[in-house]
Amino acid sequence: MASDKYENHEYDVIVIGAGGAGLRAAIEASAQGVKTALICKSLLGKAHTVMAEGGIAAALGNVWPEDNWKVHFRDTMRGGKLLNNWRMAQLHAQEAPDRVKELEAWGALFDRTKDGRILQRDFGGHRYARLAHVGDRTGLEMIRTLQQHAVHKGIDVFMECTITRLLKDGDRVSGAFGYWRETGRLVVFKAKAVVLATGGIGKAWKFGTNSWECVGDGVALALEAGAELIDMECYQFHPTGMVWPPSVRGILVTEGVRGDGGTLKNALGDRFMFKYIPEFFRAETADTEAEADRWYADKKNNRRTPDLLPRDEVARAINAEVRAGRGSPHGGVFLDIASRRDAEYIKRRLPSMYHQFKELADVDITKEPMEVGPTAHYMNGGVRVDADTEATAVPGLFAAGEVAGGLHGANRLGGNSLSDLVVFGRRAGLYAAEYAKVFKGTPTVDAGQAEALARECLEPFERSGGENPYAIHQDLQECMQTLVGIIRTEGELTKALEEIATLRERCRRIRVDGNRQYNPAWHLALDLQSMLTVSEAVTRAALERKESRGGHAREDYPKMDAELGKVNMAVRKVGEELTVTRERIPEMPPDLKKLLEGDK
Amino acid sequence: MPDAVMRLWRGDVRGGAFREYRVPTEEGMVVLDVIHKIQATQAHDLAVRWNCKAGKCGSCSAEVNGRPRLMCMTRMNLFAAGEPITVAPIKTFPLIRDLVADVSFNYQVAKTIPAFRPGPGEPDGTFRMMQEDIDRGQEFHKCIECFLCQNVCHVIRDHPDNMPFFAGPRFFVRLAALEMHPMDEAARAEYLRLKAGLGFCNITKCCTEVCPEHIKITDNAIIPLKERVVSEHYDPIVWTWRKLTGRK
Ligand SMILES: Cc1cc2nc3c(=O)[nH]c(=O)nc-3n(C[C@H](O)[C@H](O)[C@H](O)COP(=O)(O)OP(=O)(O)OC[C@H]3O[C@@H](n4cnc5c(N)ncnc54)[C@H](O)[C@@H]3O)c2cc1C
Ligand code: SF4
Ligand code: SF4
Ligand code: FES
Repeated sequence: MASDKYENHEYDVIVIGAGGAGLRAAIEASAQGVKTALICKSLLGKAHTVMAEGGIAAALGNVWPEDNWKVHFRDTMRGGKLLNNWRMAQLHAQEAPDRVKELEAWGALFDRTKDGRILQRDFGGHRYARLAHVGDRTGLEMIRTLQQHAVHKGIDVFMECTITRLLKDGDRVSGAFGYWRETGRLVVFKAKAVVLATGGIGKAWKFGTNSWECVGDGVALALEAGAELIDMECYQFHPTGMVWPPSVRGILVTEGVRGDGGTLKNALGDRFMFKYIPEFFRAETADTEAEADRWYADKKNNRRTPDLLPRDEVARAINAEVRAGRGSPHGGVFLDIASRRDAEYIKRRLPSMYHQFKELADVDITKEPMEVGPTAHYMNGGVRVDADTEATAVPGLFAAGEVAGGLHGANRLGGNSLSDLVVFGRRAGLYAAEYAKVFKGTPTVDAGQAEALARECLEPFERSGGENPYAIHQDLQECMQTLVGIIRTEGELTKALEEIATLRERCRRIRVDGNRQYNPAWHLALDLQSMLTVSEAVTRAALERKESRGGHAREDYPKMDAELGKVNMAVRKVGEELTVTRERIPEMPPDLKKLLEGDK
Repeated sequence: MPDAVMRLWRGDVRGGAFREYRVPTEEGMVVLDVIHKIQATQAHDLAVRWNCKAGKCGSCSAEVNGRPRLMCMTRMNLFAAGEPITVAPIKTFPLIRDLVADVSFNYQVAKTIPAFRPGPGEPDGTFRMMQEDIDRGQEFHKCIECFLCQNVCHVIRDHPDNMPFFAGPRFFVRLAALEMHPMDEAARAEYLRLKAGLGFCNITKCCTEVCPEHIKITDNAIIPLKERVVSEHYDPIVWTWRKLTGRK
């Protein structure tokens, strides 16, 4: 690329995204001795990972020596209703403890046990207290530790720089195209290998926990480049988001509240979760309040409280209580820790929650219950990757973190994302570097391709149409919230597809005023392309999965279907269309199968 | 509820002015909500930096009625209904556009800080650290890098030419966290004295007052650092002994 219309850069490996996954990938790639760049849409250290609260899951066995990778593997698979890529679940459970210890060796200060080791807390779906944590701000600790470690490794960081398209040389990826948010100047990166670590897609829904960056760019970039997605229909709604006041609706209330003793109650004061224990988890769940309460201190002789069933189960139960008219005044249910733990304990264990409610809702959680309800939270599916190397179907393209699919199957357990980021972030960085090392020649970028992308990117300034990107975004969120929410039907999903198509039309008429310098209307106009693609992928896959499993629940097909439990829904872009195909999950080897059958 | 009256700074390095906007509000709104509403309905290209809207990322720092704050954690009911609210970008750092400032200074400083260097841990490679020995470090690790403390510190706010010689309160917090980490063995006194410009700080405590994470920047970070620099400067033996015995 000779043109100086663009800023040009050349690297062995570029990592797109600087959350936990991207940072860990960049650190690893750079440690392998290849020239590495890290590119992110916002400032370094601000990625969505910073918001993670409850902890990072790893079978360290510090609190319960009975815990080990095999139990973690089993919990992850069962939480995911067995749709998971079992090889990823295995690697994840095996490597998470080392990655946590590594964070500590790089300076992270996790909360301690009495004998000075890393403390672990209870979370939904985990058999033992397994989450290493720092109060309720674990993500901050993780991102800061990785950020500070990366800063001293000579990685070039491009902040507030957005990638809009991957560049290809024949079949393989050869770089990326984007713009600086501050100036609007266009940039071309040439690279031998690219790691996608762009995080989630939560901004497609109206009420959610995600930061503005979570618009699904990585998913769209991957599809466009020829990679495939899996399990997109299994989007996760976290059971407990704030519901009041309206302006904070959706903000997360960490599962740690329940892990530390909080319980869900309806308007009648009933601990309703006992009514919603599914057959699948009956044997391992307490069926009386007394047993549930004993379990916190004595896990050997008692079964887990149903308040800590996996998230999909709890979210649907809350939804059902509200629908049945037993909700709280503002359309949620109550989450009560005030009557169950003393104020000192609550403030020490859940300082951010305490402040969040105090400052944003005038609620003192040490004195009154919180009002909570489901909120759009996490992409269980994502770009399909090879379990060991995180390679996608496109040579030279790797993906890790929330943008990648497979590990979590139909539903992710809390704490399994932060561990996912470091386990597979490291692997992606490692194998991207190896790929770059054996790559012969230099990556080439076709001048015509860049030219076309530049035109496309700047089009919103040229148009005479009058659509406002903010209005389109709002309408998309409304559509996804009402038609592709927690409980779905064929009719609603079909309607959603029609609306998405209309919104796409409207997008072609967006007109942006002002100039290219830090212009959020322009940024949103481009982000909308990704959100629409992602929304369509979720909806199409949801139509195709005619059963209810994990994060995906169909009112018209309320049961699990054994046959559908053997396939992933794979989404690809063929021409201008998104297609969905059923693809068989490979048979699990007998040794792993045995772990699933294990005692309980 | 009466409409909110917002006076927002609009402009870039070439100049600008406050412009007034009126917006309907609803219960519980924070300043950032109102700004988003203005963006969506009246000023589509209004530049504002934010990420989480939950007080966790430290992106949305601004000066609201002259006071440095996170826009996403500033409730509208803090102000009398209908009273005009002024929002300006943080002043200490160069303006990019509208409410967005160029905070790259901070990322430059971060690069110069001597990194964490742990001593040997347990034979199994892990560390044993008691909770009470890391409480202070955890307080410092709460920092969300909003740079409000940097913004308010007169050493650089009133004298930008000090910037090359002054790391600022955010980084004193960072340095204190490293220094007080029970496993850390790196030496930073020289850096603190000569590069970080600790001596410029005259303990006005303005930084502590604005910290949204309620970190006691002056009392818990800066003053102990100053004491160390002094004691090490005059008595390197004491310093070494403290380092070796872990009695920090
Ligand atoms: C409130 C909250 C609490 C949570 N708590 C927990 C928890 O306790 N435990 C747990 O395990 N998980 C938790 N999660 C989930 C977890 O935090 C996320 O899934 C995870 O942090 C995602 O990390 P990531 O590295 O994949 O991506 P992110 O952290 O989302 O980072 C994405 C990066 O990609 C960049 N990017 C995106 N698009 C582009 C583009 N086009 N060009 C350039 N850069 C781009 C962004 O700028 C950003 O740097 C929580 C999530 C939320 C919202
Ligand atoms: S106490 Fe020191 S660092 Fe803090 S604002 Fe005052 S002079 Fe600056
Ligand atoms: S120390 Fe406090 S004010 Fe300063 S950057 Fe950190 S959080 Fe912000
Ligand atoms: S937007 Fe994250 S702190 Fe305000």
